Amino acid sequence: MAERSFKAEVQHLRLGEGDTFTGEGILAITKALLENGVGYVGGYQGAPISHLMDVLADAEDLLAELGVRFEANASEAAAAAMLAASVHYPIRGAVTFKGSVGVNVASDALANLASSGVTGGALIIVGEDYGEGSSIMQERSHAFAMKSQFWLLDPRPNLPSITRAVGDGFALSEATNTPVMLMVRIRSCHVTGSFATRDNRRPALTVRDALASPRRDFSRVVLPPMSYLHEQDKVKVRWPAAERYIVDHGLNERFGPADAPVGLVVQGGMYNAVIRALQRLGLADLHGTTQVPLYVLNVTYPLVSSEFLSFCAGKDAVLVIEEGQPEFIEQGLTTFLYRAGSTVKLHGKGILPMAGEYTGAVLLDSLTAFLRQTAPGLLPGQVRAPNAEGLKIPDLSKTVPLRPPGFCTGCPERPIFAAMKLVEQELGKHQISADIGCHLFGSLPPFEIGGQTMGYGLGPASNAAFDGGGEKRAISILGDGGFWHNGLSSSIGNMVFNKADSVALIVDNYYSAATGGQDIPSSRAENGTKSTGNPIAKALNGVGVNWVRQVDHTYDVAKMRDVLREALTTDYTGPKVIVASSECMLNKQRREKPLRAKAIKDGRRVEAPRFGVDADVCTGDHACIRLSGCPSLSLKRLDDPLRDDPVASIDQSCVGCGNCGEVADAAVLCPSFYRADVVHNPGRWERRRAAFRARIIGWLQRRRSATRLDFGGAA
Amino acid sequence: MNLPLLTPRSPDPALAGIIKLAVMAVGGQGGGVLSGWIEAMARANGYACQSTSVAGVAQRTGATIYYIEMAPMGALAPVFSLAPAAGDVDILIAAEMMEAGRAIMRGFVTPDRTVLIASTHRALAVSEKSTPGDGIANAAEVVAAAEIAARRVVFADLEALALANGSVISASLFGALAGSGALPFPRPAFEAAIAAQGKGVQPSLRAFAAGFAAAEGAAPVAAPAKAAPRPLSGPPKLLAAWRALEARVAALPAPVAAFASPGLHKVVDFQDIAYGAEYLDRVEAVLARDTPAQDHALTAQAAKYVASAMAYDDMIRVADLKTRPARLARIRGEMGVTDAHLLQLTEFFHPRAEEIIGLLPARLGARWQANPRAVARIDRLFNKGRRLRSDSLRAFLMLYVLGGLRRWRPRTLRHAEEVVHLDRWLATALAHLPQDYALAVEVIRCRRLIKGYSDTHARGQSKFDRVLAGIALVAGRPDAADWARRLRDAALQDEAGLALDGALQTIRSFA
Repeated sequence: MAERSFKAEVQHLRLGEGDTFTGEGILAITKALLENGVGYVGGYQGAPISHLMDVLADAEDLLAELGVRFEANASEAAAAAMLAASVHYPIRGAVTFKGSVGVNVASDALANLASSGVTGGALIIVGEDYGEGSSIMQERSHAFAMKSQFWLLDPRPNLPSITRAVGDGFALSEATNTPVMLMVRIRSCHVTGSFATRDNRRPALTVRDALASPRRDFSRVVLPPMSYLHEQDKVKVRWPAAERYIVDHGLNERFGPADAPVGLVVQGGMYNAVIRALQRLGLADLHGTTQVPLYVLNVTYPLVSSEFLSFCAGKDAVLVIEEGQPEFIEQGLTTFLYRAGSTVKLHGKGILPMAGEYTGAVLLDSLTAFLRQTAPGLLPGQVRAPNAEGLKIPDLSKTVPLRPPGFCTGCPERPIFAAMKLVEQELGKHQISADIGCHLFGSLPPFEIGGQTMGYGLGPASNAAFDGGGEKRAISILGDGGFWHNGLSSSIGNMVFNKADSVALIVDNYYSAATGGQDIPSSRAENGTKSTGNPIAKALNGVGVNWVRQVDHTYDVAKMRDVLREALTTDYTGPKVIVASSECMLNKQRREKPLRAKAIKDGRRVEAPRFGVDADVCTGDHACIRLSGCPSLSLKRLDDPLRDDPVASIDQSCVGCGNCGEVADAAVLCPSFYRADVVHNPGRWERRRAAFRARIIGWLQRRRSATRLDFGGAA
Repeated sequence: MNLPLLTPRSPDPALAGIIKLAVMAVGGQGGGVLSGWIEAMARANGYACQSTSVAGVAQRTGATIYYIEMAPMGALAPVFSLAPAAGDVDILIAAEMMEAGRAIMRGFVTPDRTVLIASTHRALAVSEKSTPGDGIANAAEVVAAAEIAARRVVFADLEALALANGSVISASLFGALAGSGALPFPRPAFEAAIAAQGKGVQPSLRAFAAGFAAAEGAAPVAAPAKAAPRPLSGPPKLLAAWRALEARVAALPAPVAAFASPGLHKVVDFQDIAYGAEYLDRVEAVLARDTPAQDHALTAQAAKYVASAMAYDDMIRVADLKTRPARLARIRGEMGVTDAHLLQLTEFFHPRAEEIIGLLPARLGARWQANPRAVARIDRLFNKGRRLRSDSLRAFLMLYVLGGLRRWRPRTLRHAEEVVHLDRWLATALAHLPQDYALAVEVIRCRRLIKGYSDTHARGQSKFDRVLAGIALVAGRPDAADWARRLRDAALQDEAGLALDGALQTIRSFA
């Protein structure tokens, strides 16, 4: 069950000729795939293309009607490998994953695919996660296109351009026997807008048809001597074909006046941001009509020398606006100019910053600097000689705290890390390696557990150097998503084979949770089209792990702590693997909340748990928060002149997961926590018993009050 | 260089028609719903509109940002930006106070154009919550900066307004946006957007109306109505004795009484009238050595911290507090328990040998405590987590009896230890008095370091001892009081006391 249901949106995918689609970019891409007769689709979830996978999963009926095969691949490598179907068969295929990490994982398959070449159009849709809000290392997918030679599209970030790029991509791929990568930046994936739709098209040849009449051709196999021929084919045939196709079909665009002293060369994805800077300088109007010529590269690889040189003709200087580093495009264009003996001055990095996102402010400053240097007459007066500085706004950098992401309210991973912190207090610090997934938040305050992350499913593998064991054992963490992605072989298999004397902790929250709650093989949910319910422990046994501890309720902090302690101190010298299982609270709440509300409404007995803090018992030390970090466990200031520090307080968003009570108990913290279970629709007998107890308790309380001063509430 | 063929021109007047709106929120606040409403409304009212967001992992409690641009629809589609730019935002909606601060820091709020609509409530960041002392960021600084940075501000506790109306903050923010008049759409256009979305419409509309009124300045910002304290009650004899103590407080200088009054309250509530008298004896003894020249700062601080020291946290106090009728009423209110419901309460206790031995008579307790085998035996018997269903008779009775040990308390080992510690601390503070008044006050204030139960308490105690040892090193220097304050602040910065170690090291380097 994915985080968002797209059942309603999926209806948009049925729009036909003459209709208008209005919605998110990622949905528009899905629609464009169907309009272009795609035969099979697949991918691996990850921001920002998770929604594409979720939409496809929710659209399986429609896909089946059209004869399109959808596969939720085990990894990006598996997704890229699936494009092999387009090597011998004229079937259009598309896969999607996150860049640049997904491309890293898929690179082996992509390189082989690019060498073999394709017959049917092969499209790799990459959601490039670069810049603000990114959750990964800052790199470019661009390099992969260059090294393996497949073409890279970077369309202007509006729905008509993005959906056109899907069709262009397939056609370009087929015209050049080369896979095409369509790059969409994170904001383009979520941008909203409209485009005119066409009818969906059944693939000319379905994968079922293809299975009925298999083909093979050994000249496509990547083995010598064919691989040498592939390389020659790439540069002598496919590349010139691509250049021709790009020019003939006008994939790159030019805007603005033909004659001008200066011009801008822009990655398609940067177009809107550049236009905004020009608008602010008075050099473009609302609709993007610009005074400064633009050469917009909707295809960023390969670059077409003839097209670029004709853009430069008659200009003194051009500025290349290329986000990220290294500056591959700028280097390529510089070479073109030098080889042509041109005197046009090329600017790029230097005026623009080498690294980091090109925000509105960066582009405004850089374009101003460029124009001031090369064509000051273009700039409006106030920019040429800026007026006095504006008002001085107080510096808040010391006031406003950082707000890194953390575990959700009630997250089942919180108690695991609380337990690890407790074990650390007992046994000292350990070498800990983390993995990709929600549990990576454990490396941030308040837990600060986990020192490095090397890649998806590679947590235990990245501790391999320490597998020999020593005075203290190394610990590694792996999520269930990472386990099935790559971890089972690369990490766990590796531990078994090398007789690792270390500990691996597998966090099993029933979903690929960090990417939006997609199902994976060990998910507990019923899934009509996928096989779920395959226990991780069984897989562990299968690869030869003999020391496995399954914890089925991670909220039991004391038990988690004891199991961890056992793993760290046992005499057993082989790999020790703990599977800590509890359902992702975000998904659990989404499923159970409506059911609970209905049960209450129907008059059935329901216990609703929530935690609370007795403010007069809490001393304001905040030790509980240092073992939790729960969003619903916060602080409040008391209206009491005798108190200096704010006390703990739990708000109504608490889901009653139990971590607070468990931690207070396991860490011997303080007795200020209580759990209140509100019983809805209690039975008659239960009610009567409660009334009896209340009478006696009331009598005892009155008895005590009679002998002391009552200040009307707790002091 | 060629002469420019182009001449500059003034900006396209149509550009002024673009409205740029950013929403800065904390993941999970419904920023997506809010931007969805705004977008749908703009489209329904003849505007071209585009929205974008960066969700990713930020949907889990991190800072998130949504961005919307709109302009009147013409024949050609406008080119909109996908991200807000510094100095180029017309409306900034901050769904939390520090996010407003973050928006100002990033330059999204500028005096020439930005209407800042912010909810004044706080969603504390982990760094603010986890400090052992008070790490809460100063919201007043953000308010002050906003007054300078924004063209206009709309501030209200929109979180409280939403909760009061059974809805979420996206609805009250939408209401405040409508009430601010920053968008060129009438109120019904906003309400239609909520109705069209079709989920939880009625509560959303109520929260919307509250936000609207708040932005217009019509409604008072919903501060939870404070219940008037119930009058003091009790047996007449005790009441008379209490009045006598109150009279003693009234005779104290005003700055001292400000603390002695709640202090007296606290210690009498903790033990009894006689204990209250003992408290005032201690305060008056300090007062006798104080001078009005310093506004009685020494005695005022002593009145504050002696009360806290005398009302220490022991099992008897906890059991007493947990069995009071007022507590049950408070919890029922907070949890929304009505007569249609039942309430089950589970308390989490984890007593250790120290707490049990602390209840023994002072002499006997001290003997046991000195005997490791006895301690181990008691630890085996008692040291485990106990969950008590305090709504059950069994558990309630247990707590009730334990709370009733109040009368026995003055004879316990724990009490004896607390008294020794209290006297030593006061004596240490007053010893500085002849040479350094300010230092004496700072030593009094160090009592703040002792808090918590079990390990936390032990850690606080050790920090207290180390700070006092550090103070002993600087005593006599002209800046001793300043160092004492610095040491105390350092001790409150982190759990392990790393900052304190650093500060002590510095002191040792020159002392």
